[in-house]
Amino acid sequence: MVSRIKQVSVFIENQPGRLVAMLEALEKNQVDIRALSISDTADFGIVRMILSDGAKGAETLRQAGFTTRQDWILSAEIPDRPGGLLKTVAEPLAKAGINVKYLYFYIEAAAGKSMVVVKTDDIDKAEKVLKSP
Amino acid sequence: MIRDPEHEKMPRKQLEELQLKRLQAKVKDVYEKVSFYRRAFKEKGVTPDDIKTLADLKKLPFTSKLDFRDNYPFGLMAVPLEKVVRIHSSSGTTGKPIVAPYTEADVDMFAEVMARSLASAGMTKHDVMQNAYGYGLFTGGLGFHYGCERLGATVIPSGAGNTKRQIILLQDLGTTVITCTPTYAFILNETAKEMGVDLRETKLRLGIHGAEPWSEQMRKDIEDKLHISAINIYGLTEVIGPGVSVECEHKNGMHIQEDHFLVEIIDPRTGEQLPYGKEGELVITTLTKEAQPVIRFRTRDITSLSVEPCKCGRTLVKMARITGRSDDMLVVRGVNVFPSQIESVLLEVEGVEPHYLIVIDRHDAFSTDELEIWVEVSEQVFSDEMQKMERLEKKLRAEMDSVLGISARIKLVEPRTIVRTEGKAKRVVDRKELPNSGLIAK
Ligand SMILES: [Zn+2]
Repeated sequence: MVSRIKQVSVFIENQPGRLVAMLEALEKNQVDIRALSISDTADFGIVRMILSDGAKGAETLRQAGFTTRQDWILSAEIPDRPGGLLKTVAEPLAKAGINVKYLYFYIEAAAGKSMVVVKTDDIDKAEKVLKSP
Repeated sequence: MIRDPEHEKMPRKQLEELQLKRLQAKVKDVYEKVSFYRRAFKEKGVTPDDIKTLADLKKLPFTSKLDFRDNYPFGLMAVPLEKVVRIHSSSGTTGKPIVAPYTEADVDMFAEVMARSLASAGMTKHDVMQNAYGYGLFTGGLGFHYGCERLGATVIPSGAGNTKRQIILLQDLGTTVITCTPTYAFILNETAKEMGVDLRETKLRLGIHGAEPWSEQMRKDIEDKLHISAINIYGLTEVIGPGVSVECEHKNGMHIQEDHFLVEIIDPRTGEQLPYGKEGELVITTLTKEAQPVIRFRTRDITSLSVEPCKCGRTLVKMARITGRSDDMLVVRGVNVFPSQIESVLLEVEGVEPHYLIVIDRHDAFSTDELEIWVEVSEQVFSDEMQKMERLEKKLRAEMDSVLGISARIKLVEPRTIVRTEGKAKRVVDRKELPNSGLIAK
């Protein structure tokens, strides 16, 4: 199962309280976080999230003063066994010559499924590759 | 066009002789008539007789903006008030206004240096000049006005503001030259567009801009948008007003009217004279002004002088575009750095907000080893990919390196981190003072 979903990214300075401020803004507006990953340097971090309502979440954070953006990314279910990520995502993309920019895992709680979010340099091609059996 | 070839093309040696003769007379004049100068000369142990060559200028004491404040309003005057025919004024940096009195001869000299300046910019008596500098206490309005009349061209004294009427006048009266601040040139263009008028299709061919700092990039923009040639002019209320220096058609420096204004470049920290070509603070001595002459006035403007012969034929030295204020200057590992340079880099990197803060770990009043520049991340430049963010940081660092001549650390911060202030913003802060500086929003 592969689908295109909107990811919300936020620029956050590495300073006490900034992550809390971001989470509080989402909570206050009843936006649920399905998945979250942070990639950081000494000065700042990029927080990437899959939200229950991406558009609302992005607007909420913007109004709270954060720099945000929304991007289309691919979400794929991966079997929970050794080699799951390798066989379903990593290998097919590599074979097709598609570059992975970053990826992170999350659990779709309701369905009990393991999922991976993947950003590549060519979403159309990656989607086609991952969808083909 | 060279209005006064005798003075503007005078061989350097002859010009220097003229300058010396005038300097000697002026120094004697202020020593006798202005108690402030007499005191200052005595403190330095110098008398008018010590000025035997132009090189002796450096023996004389400096005059600063503070001296204008301390001697407000008429303490620096060298003539009785009856001789004064006009008084201009500008806001001082420390509350009290700066007062600029003129005798009849001063008014005449002002008109003459302005007429020369307009000719140097490319105006002739066939031009129609719309003067959108402020009339009144400000020297700009009347300075351009009388210069234009002296040249024999037509002046439209439209003054500053009422932009829609300016556009109408400009079209209907066939204005060929616009004189205004660079900022106002952009406002004119915007307003014209809103009115459905394309300034490029009017008779406008020349703009003469000054009275505020601007850049080569702004010149290009004005020239493209208005389809004119944009000329840089410089002056100060304390000295005369506009007309101290102006570009010729070659636009590679402003020729200083050296028969009236004697200039030097000094190191703002030590007060030592610097040679031609070196960047430092501009210091001006008026050679002919009667009502309120100034001796070695520290302008706080940072520039450099060039004595290379100009293609236009003038022998007058040229000063470079003002790159900053000596008050704002920072010394980083021995290199002079100005906040305006940092701003110019940010303006040229697309999508970056021109709001920045320079954080230093101070050694003394204004020197540091490390330069940290805070830059706000706007949505235009923000990326979900770390690689792209690092690329942005690298690009900013490389641009800063090449413009500043030293390496700086770039710190990307959240938007609206840096407090917006009305008017002149404070851009440099000591790291120790940062938490209580009021410059950070969060
Ligand atoms: Zn020239």
